[in-house]
Amino acid sequence: MKLARVACAGAIHAATPQQLTDGRAGVRLADGRTFAEEEVVWLPPLESGTIIALGLNYAERARELAFGSQEEPLVFLKGPGTLVGHRGVTRRPADVTFMHYECELAVVIGRTARGVQRADALEHVAGYCIANDYAIRDYLENWYRPNLRVKNRDGATALGPWLVDAADIPDPGNLQLRTYVNGELTQQGNTRNMITGVAALIEYLSSFMTLTAGDVILTGTPEGAKNVEVGDEVVCEIDGLGRLRNTIVADAVFGR
Amino acid sequence: MLRIAVPMDVPPYRLSGVVYGALLNHRTALAALGDAVNQPPYQGAPRAPVLYIKPRNTLAAGDEPVAIPPGVAELEIGATLGIVIGRVACRVAEARSLEHVAGYVIVNDVSVPHLPYYRPSIRCKARDGFCPLGPSVVARTVVANPDALTIRVYIDGELKLTATTSELVRPVARLLADVTDFMTLSPGDVLAVGAAAPAPRVGVGQHSRIAIDGLGVLESRFVAGTA
Repeated sequence: MKLARVACAGAIHAATPQQLTDGRAGVRLADGRTFAEEEVVWLPPLESGTIIALGLNYAERARELAFGSQEEPLVFLKGPGTLVGHRGVTRRPADVTFMHYECELAVVIGRTARGVQRADALEHVAGYCIANDYAIRDYLENWYRPNLRVKNRDGATALGPWLVDAADIPDPGNLQLRTYVNGELTQQGNTRNMITGVAALIEYLSSFMTLTAGDVILTGTPEGAKNVEVGDEVVCEIDGLGRLRNTIVADAVFGR
Repeated sequence: MLRIAVPMDVPPYRLSGVVYGALLNHRTALAALGDAVNQPPYQGAPRAPVLYIKPRNTLAAGDEPVAIPPGVAELEIGATLGIVIGRVACRVAEARSLEHVAGYVIVNDVSVPHLPYYRPSIRCKARDGFCPLGPSVVARTVVANPDALTIRVYIDGELKLTATTSELVRPVARLLADVTDFMTLSPGDVLAVGAAAPAPRVGVGQHSRIAIDGLGVLESRFVAGTA
């Protein structure tokens, strides 16, 4: 089952995919009303708890950044204010030269996990989403990398469109990821190439911190993260999870 | 909505469960690094605020014991002032940023000692119970000047550190302005302003006591952890 959170008709609703009678893609609310995809405001599909993100979790991506072997997963944390839903916009400050998307498999925890073994880890997963975890490399400093000014900016982590039940994704370790900028394929990879896979990540994290329902793990991005410019439409796609769209906008949209 | 079991998590100071902290924002903390700040891997003092997050699993009331993980001899006591946000703070001007503050609270940013600060493992800061805070949120209006508070840390009753918030690289109002330039803070979020160096250390069986002028006392005891 795919579940979204959308704002329309004066309230926030749970919504499921629905093809409209005229063939357009849309959503169906629990009360039976249907809307076209562009007629609703897409919120992040859940109110997330702790947001955990992985750096350099794909071998080819680590090579791309000339990064050596790692003793343990490179983990950082993000706050909830950085999330934005499907069809949202993300600001590219005028003074930056390198801002890039990162298409990632997002794992949503469904059941408390502490000291979980790898073999049992997927039982603690509620479902999966697509994340586009933008970074602005101009702001990268050498203190507590990656610093929050790079990775925890308002509206710079798109999440959605759906929360897809874990039952619908039997093997999160074999999903193709693709990013399109203005329709052109610019990034692709497969979750089988993760250095630390989903189950091993849950085992690692839960060895020192309790994971709770609603916590989200962004599992890292493969190679091919390219610069984006104002006006670009960025679509991240993962097998079985849908397509997450985001548009890059200028400072002026935010009155800057 | 997130819920954590700390006594002050009640209206009007309902906490969001998100605690951000500024590192190296106390002049003594930066000075303790000496010329290393100019050497690899850092290549210079930080320009933007150096921020980290204490996730919700770390939040604890002062009376809950803190577990020292196996193989770790001592933990660092990061005694710091916590700013509790009262109104959405986004791109706030320094001159008006305190209007977004609900109050203040003592935060103990517990860490496994670690160097370098280039890319530390979150295992050092994000373990369960590693962020005691309390004993209560004190209203902003009661704290005359958040940039002139004395912080004292006692270990087993012995005074180990005296510091003051007058030595912040970015004082409270300026820190709020710089952080909210790119990152909105919401009601109930906590922003810790940064601890002084050298951070006192504790081992199994020891007890820490942090006192900040007007904010009361936050006490924690440290026990052997099992995992």
